[in-house]
Amino acid sequence: MCAQMYYRGKMFGFVHLYNGQEAVSTGFIKLLKKEDSVVSTYRDHVHALSKGVPARAVMSELFGKTTGCCRGQGGSMHMFSKEHNLLGGFAFIGEGIPVATGAAFTSKYRREVLKEADCDHVTLAFFGDGTCNNGQFFECLNMAALWKLPIVFVVENNLWAIGMSHLRATSDPQIYKKGPAFGMPGIHVNGMDVLKVRAVAQTAIARARSGEGPTLVECETYRFRGHSLADPDELRDPAEKAHYAARDPITALKKYLIENNLATEVELKAIDKKIEEVVEDAVEFADESPHPTRSQLLENVFADPKGFGIGPDGRYRCEDPKFTEGTAQV
Amino acid sequence: MGEEVGEYQGAYKITKGLLEKYGPERVLDTPITEAGFAGIGVGAAYWGLRPVVEFMTFNFSMQAIDHIINSAAKSSYMSAGQISVPVVFRGANGAAAGVGAQHSQCYAAWYGSCPGLKVLTPYSSEDARGLLKAAIRDPDPVVFLENELLYGESFPVSAEALDSSFCLPIGKAKIEREGKDVTITAFSKLVGHALKAADILAKEGISAEVINLRSIRPLDRATINASVRKTSRLVTVEEVFPQHGVGAEICASVVEESFDYLDAPVERIAGADVPMPYAANLERMAVPQVEDIVRAAKRTCFRSR
Repeated sequence: MCAQMYYRGKMFGFVHLYNGQEAVSTGFIKLLKKEDSVVSTYRDHVHALSKGVPARAVMSELFGKTTGCCRGQGGSMHMFSKEHNLLGGFAFIGEGIPVATGAAFTSKYRREVLKEADCDHVTLAFFGDGTCNNGQFFECLNMAALWKLPIVFVVENNLWAIGMSHLRATSDPQIYKKGPAFGMPGIHVNGMDVLKVRAVAQTAIARARSGEGPTLVECETYRFRGHSLADPDELRDPAEKAHYAARDPITALKKYLIENNLATEVELKAIDKKIEEVVEDAVEFADESPHPTRSQLLENVFADPKGFGIGPDGRYRCEDPKFTEGTAQV
Repeated sequence: MGEEVGEYQGAYKITKGLLEKYGPERVLDTPITEAGFAGIGVGAAYWGLRPVVEFMTFNFSMQAIDHIINSAAKSSYMSAGQISVPVVFRGANGAAAGVGAQHSQCYAAWYGSCPGLKVLTPYSSEDARGLLKAAIRDPDPVVFLENELLYGESFPVSAEALDSSFCLPIGKAKIEREGKDVTITAFSKLVGHALKAADILAKEGISAEVINLRSIRPLDRATINASVRKTSRLVTVEEVFPQHGVGAEICASVVEESFDYLDAPVERIAGADVPMPYAANLERMAVPQVEDIVRAAKRTCFRSR
């Protein structure tokens, strides 16, 4: 649906779809409490949805409407939600990892220094294989292990960083091995199987919550579409794509549920239909939502808008009612 | 070297065909480590190679800014000339379309303030060809700020420009359009906007002189001041955030050197003083449009408030 809307011009800029990687988001995030935090990258739509951000808010944000989770100011790559503790949405890879490490630090600080005994919030940092060659990743693995921070580093290894194969970019492609080098467990899991991911996630999250420290989890997964909707996706081998398409996590779970008599075809079809309705509703809502008004351009730049300084009349600029009406002129 | 420059043919297809032509030893696909590969580029330049380091966008250069400033720009000075750093850092700069706050910043002002660096901003195809060749041949570190939206625009190219040794001098601006009533300075994509504004102004009887800066550092103060002394009015145009921007430097230069020739206060047109919003209508308001330039030019001519 996102792709369709993009090609119709309702969405624009860079849009990165998550098709194929759903097992990782669901497997991990559905185990979290509302107060736990998730930090993601630009491929964040599904992380937002899993964490509880309403579909309408996500779709509106993608359309750039004022009813979006970030009032249309962030866009596809910058989803934030204070209510659901989704701390972004970062365009630079690796950027979210120190931020997540900071969130974990705060959780520990609140419990041990500020004496909030029941603060056992866990943070999950999601990032890809390409990020594992970036300096920030290593710096945070070190500090998280050193200070035993309640964080789980989740690598969504989909083997490709835009057009750069993981094998061409990494001296030792087995990412989970980098955990023990820094003093934390490193686990590899089949990221196309939601139940396996969930099992590993349970252990890692429990470890973090009990104060034993971080874990590095490498989820072997795959993105069915290109890096973004602007990526022609010419470099990936069709055989590789077919191999992973056959392991579609959603289809696999369906099969498992039916084979183990946990659900019937009819029930699953009903769920499918319900999801379609949710998506249609989200699109309709986003379409009918208003664009941000002119005055929104200067809002939210500062938490304290006095940061815009004092105007020529000696009063703070933000107190002048006409302040929000002038824009691209200096 | 850079991300996706080889097999992917360039994130914006700028390096298309180079891998095939020159091989993997000369066209290197790097992992995603801007600080690392910018540093490697600088180190290679210290030892006499001429690397061209691509940042997918200059926003990502912030991860490597330590190397651009501290290892590249300052080294010739710190080593008293023993080390020269002939490296070129190039990539897309400035706003594109709907790419959000972290992908839209223009870095002309930040790099332009650093001694030891040369900073170039091509507009047309001739600019791109002549300036890039000059940048690579230059013995000092050059920051080459391209523009994603300009990649898709076509320009007429003279036969001279197609010659394989065609170079443009670094530090010389180009007068794209001559005029006598107001000087408009611009660089990169906004030169196009300035030219369109000049067309509109001409219909209203105002003859605008449009200067394509081409070089942010060194800034061609001589050309700008000569033009202002002819027209007596100045509008500076840039996409950068307004405070401490390129326009601020040009205003200072003109006030210092051509104060008596000014008939009106200098007008600065810059991007809005906000991180780039995602919503399309807000983004349009955050970036200078042709109408803004026209309005500013008219203000300097006291045509309307």
